[in-house]
Amino acid sequence: MKLHLKIWRQKDTKASGKIVSYELNDVSPDMSFLEMLDVLNEQLVSKGEDPVAFDHDCREGICGMCSLMINGQAHGPEALTTTCQLHMRKFKDGDTIVIEPFRARAFPIVKDLAVDRSAFDRVVQAGGYVSVNTGNAEDANAIPIPKENADLAMDAAACIGCGACVAACPNAAAMLFVSAKLSQFALLPQGQPERERRALRMVDQMDKEGFGNCTNHYECMASCPKGIDVENIARMNREYGFAFVKARSKP
Amino acid sequence: MASYFSSSIGRKHILAFTGLALCGFLVTHLAANLLIPFNPQAFNTYSYKLITNPLIYVAEVGLVGLFLVHVALAFWLNFENRAARPQRYVSKKNTGRGTTPSSATMVITGLVTLVFLVLHVMNIKFGAHYTVTYDGVEMRDLHRLVLEYFSSLPNVIWYVVAHVALALHTCHGFQSAFQSLGFNHPRYTACVKALGKLYAVAIAGGFAFIAIWAYGRGGV
Ligand code: HEM
Ligand code: FES
Repeated sequence: MKLHLKIWRQKDTKASGKIVSYELNDVSPDMSFLEMLDVLNEQLVSKGEDPVAFDHDCREGICGMCSLMINGQAHGPEALTTTCQLHMRKFKDGDTIVIEPFRARAFPIVKDLAVDRSAFDRVVQAGGYVSVNTGNAEDANAIPIPKENADLAMDAAACIGCGACVAACPNAAAMLFVSAKLSQFALLPQGQPERERRALRMVDQMDKEGFGNCTNHYECMASCPKGIDVENIARMNREYGFAFVKARSKP
Repeated sequence: MASYFSSSIGRKHILAFTGLALCGFLVTHLAANLLIPFNPQAFNTYSYKLITNPLIYVAEVGLVGLFLVHVALAFWLNFENRAARPQRYVSKKNTGRGTTPSSATMVITGLVTLVFLVLHVMNIKFGAHYTVTYDGVEMRDLHRLVLEYFSSLPNVIWYVVAHVALALHTCHGFQSAFQSLGFNHPRYTACVKALGKLYAVAIAGGFAFIAIWAYGRGGV
């Protein structure tokens, strides 16, 4: 297939970028979206031009490195799919495809399509962990956990931290990500000792990073490659409220 | 406590709480206004009891406070949301499974409501002061004022337009407030959403009905 690509090119964080058009012939429908970009880059390199910078790592939908706004949608038009698992058969011969980086103040552009998502790491560092004693691993069944909670925690833990929620949100809010990282612990016994502290610190860090505020459009859930539910956001809204009251009432 | 009122979630809690409180106010306001087409004397007497009760000042201050807090937080949050994405997308497409016409227009429908409210208070509360006497008690004839106001077609059209905006605002707002306050349940959230739609249509439809009825009656 033949494609018209319109790709955001930006030299570095400070430079102002622009859309550059490229024509690509002989794209196989069996290629993944990233393989299509690899082909483009090979051609650019052979012409002595600067290849397009984009993030990727596992290319099997588990690491969360790949990003890209494809025709205005995070990870492209297919639901529940990362960019690396999107295939060119989703597009038609002769299509024009606009490719942009995930845009948010908290995700500065490093180069072209690659953005710096360390704001997510800092949110997790602020409280997205459990403190456990070292030593032998405990028996897996030593702590009984209700099946419902285990399922919900597992669903929340499916978040790969790709940032599509932020990219798709009209307000560039990070609520879906933060709430998933908070819920996976809030739902389990191991997460209880740090429960309140975690909610307060993670939300505080999220705000400090300059993400927007949630207005409940739910574009995040619709764009999430792992189908994380906005129920987690409601849980975080509760956790934060209760944590605040409890933190005040402590001696 | 300061950090609660400046945090994203704390402010959303308060926006949602004030929004729901305003939704509650509209229910009582509509219930009273529905007396207009059916019983002028009951309507005027109810209004008389309301405005002669000294507690009305407390209620009015509370209501104005709710509005001011709601509007101030709405602007503050919206301002931050714009700042959170300084560079717009060249091309952005919604998924069709998230944003709705109602959720996408909250700021504009909120602003229309705000303008409406200011005019509404000026036209009715601070409008012409007619009087009527029932059983020897002289009171304000608000019924007459309402009929007179709605005898003008432009007034009726503006009133209906403003209520379409209010319906859109509450259609997203009602269910959104539950989520903001932390209520999202696999079974009951569907009910909350349905109730929100019903609320939006019933409230805005009820007020608009009174305006259209009064216009149809053709004046006092
Ligand atoms: C009687 C009048 C009003 C009612 C019943 C009402 C109700 C609500 C409700 C229930 C919410 C949802 C809160 C949440 O998402 O947590 C809301 C949000 C909002 N309101 Fe109002 N409101 C009214 C007037 C206004 C006015 C005058 C403005 C002025 C600008 C306004 C602007 C907003 C905005 C911008 C939001 C946030 C939108 C969002 O979260 O998506 N509202 N309102
Ligand atoms: S490259 Fe790892 S999820 Fe796409």
